[in-house]
Amino acid sequence: MKERIADRVNKIEPSGIREFFDLVLGMKDIISLGIGEPDFVTPWHIREAGIYALEEGYTSYTSNQGLPQLRKIISQYIHRRFGVKYDPDDEVLITVGVSEAYDLAIRAVVNPGDEVLVPQPCYVCYYPVSVLAEGKPKYLSTSSTGFKVTPELLTSNISSKTKVLVLNYPNNPTGVTYTREELKSLAKVIKEKNLIVISDEIYAELTYDHGHTSLSSLPGMRSRTVYLNGFSKAFAMTGWRLGFACGPEDIISAMNKIHQYTMLCAPIMSQMAGIEAVLKGDSAVRQMCTEYRRRRDYIVERLKEMGLDFVYPQGAFYVYVNIGKTGLSAREFAIKLLRQKKVAVVPGVAFGPKDDNDRYIRIAYTVDFDTLKKALNRIQEFLRSL
Amino acid sequence: MKEIIELLEENARLTPEDISRILKKDIATVKKTIEKLEKSGVILGYKAIINEEKSKSFKPVRAVIEVQVTPKRNQGFDYIAERIYKFSEVVTCFLVSGTYDLLLIVEGDNIHDVAQFVAEKLAPLEGVRGTVTHFLLKKYKQDGFVLTKGKENHRQSISL
Ligand SMILES: Cc1ncc(COP(=O)(O)O)c(C=O)c1O
Repeated sequence: MKERIADRVNKIEPSGIREFFDLVLGMKDIISLGIGEPDFVTPWHIREAGIYALEEGYTSYTSNQGLPQLRKIISQYIHRRFGVKYDPDDEVLITVGVSEAYDLAIRAVVNPGDEVLVPQPCYVCYYPVSVLAEGKPKYLSTSSTGFKVTPELLTSNISSKTKVLVLNYPNNPTGVTYTREELKSLAKVIKEKNLIVISDEIYAELTYDHGHTSLSSLPGMRSRTVYLNGFSKAFAMTGWRLGFACGPEDIISAMNKIHQYTMLCAPIMSQMAGIEAVLKGDSAVRQMCTEYRRRRDYIVERLKEMGLDFVYPQGAFYVYVNIGKTGLSAREFAIKLLRQKKVAVVPGVAFGPKDDNDRYIRIAYTVDFDTLKKALNRIQEFLRSL
Repeated sequence: MKEIIELLEENARLTPEDISRILKKDIATVKKTIEKLEKSGVILGYKAIINEEKSKSFKPVRAVIEVQVTPKRNQGFDYIAERIYKFSEVVTCFLVSGTYDLLLIVEGDNIHDVAQFVAEKLAPLEGVRGTVTHFLLKKYKQDGFVLTKGKENHRQSISL
């Protein structure tokens, strides 16, 4: 029956770790360090704003682009936090999460055959969504450059067909982020080679050691960057499905063209809650960020003591740990750890080609401190038992 | 110092080892600081927060009591407050602004105990002008913990 399904869908590889997921979901009483979303529920004042919106009868469509007030305060927020100015009238688009925003951005700029550079390890949607858009995604391996794209790596992978670079920082699954200087040196190549960048900065607020620099805040980058951000991580609002894209007017308007026919608009009650989040959410974000940072500091020390290698994570809520020393593949490690110690982690092969990622596991510290400590004790026992 | 207090205030079960990892300080320094905080009375004690709505153990009867008092010349409210908070029945004593002065939480084995304490000890004290006693019926939230509901978390156990 494969012929009933469109070629471009058949071309997408099914996720190689589906069975591992099923194994985890079928087990009881495990500690999961495999959850890519905050352990906090949405702060109450934001939930309450969503409830109030429903009570007041906000149950309709909004304009395709999103509520004008939300666009306006997002524009002010980005200016205040990251120093970039976007016109709320035609440079901001409210989407159903960064997931939709990424899809729109790719479809808006990629012609069949255009190359899309996807540094890996990376979040799972970048590659397959480019395939669906009939682009040609090309993985850039960052495993020998500390999980960072360098100007050399970028230059050596650009061809005459390269149109788009996808960046994500702080990064899922590595927690790695870029300094302003590093971004500047990348920006130079990006400008020289005339690339468009889709910059997924969804973890921007969860940056622990230095301020977050938005790529679009660098000279000359605003006109060639599609900036993506959302409410899922910073405000613990994954289930509300709310994100946004900011960028030059031509690209945002092209994205909106697709959005108006495929999505129409983001849910109005989520947008109403989003207004509350941006206007009043600062202290809640700061509190959650402090908690993640403390866990990061703790986990880093524990992993060092266990003699495991990893690149120091400076943002998001992940550590990408090299388990090569154990002689096990990522999948073997994850299955054994789950069966023997009831701790779930995600095998690295979920985030990129096997060659580069089969020695890594992703640990998400989205559990409270006592649980994290217990899980790390179990991992330590597990390593000793090998 | 400030960070150690913050950490312990949130989670008193953190060991000196845990704290030394989180703050990248050596264990000896952390231990010494905690000792100092305990000696100087900044840290008064450590105890579990029990959800009495769930625990099967004995529940004392509690009352919130508003007390109007007459402050004493040269000593303000401190003198009368001390006379009151020294009773072991009084577990909390605050001086507040508004229509009354002291806000107490008083515990007893049963309603009778609390009533007797008010009638025989508290109300007759010189300087106490009046009391209003509210018996506590149910606790919904205490020290930041919601007591009546389960955990509000519905995540799947794995996601990318
Ligand atoms: C890097 C990255 N981008 C995007 C998303 C999806 O975000 P949203 O919930 O806004 O669709 C995730 C979720 O895990 C992510 O890690």
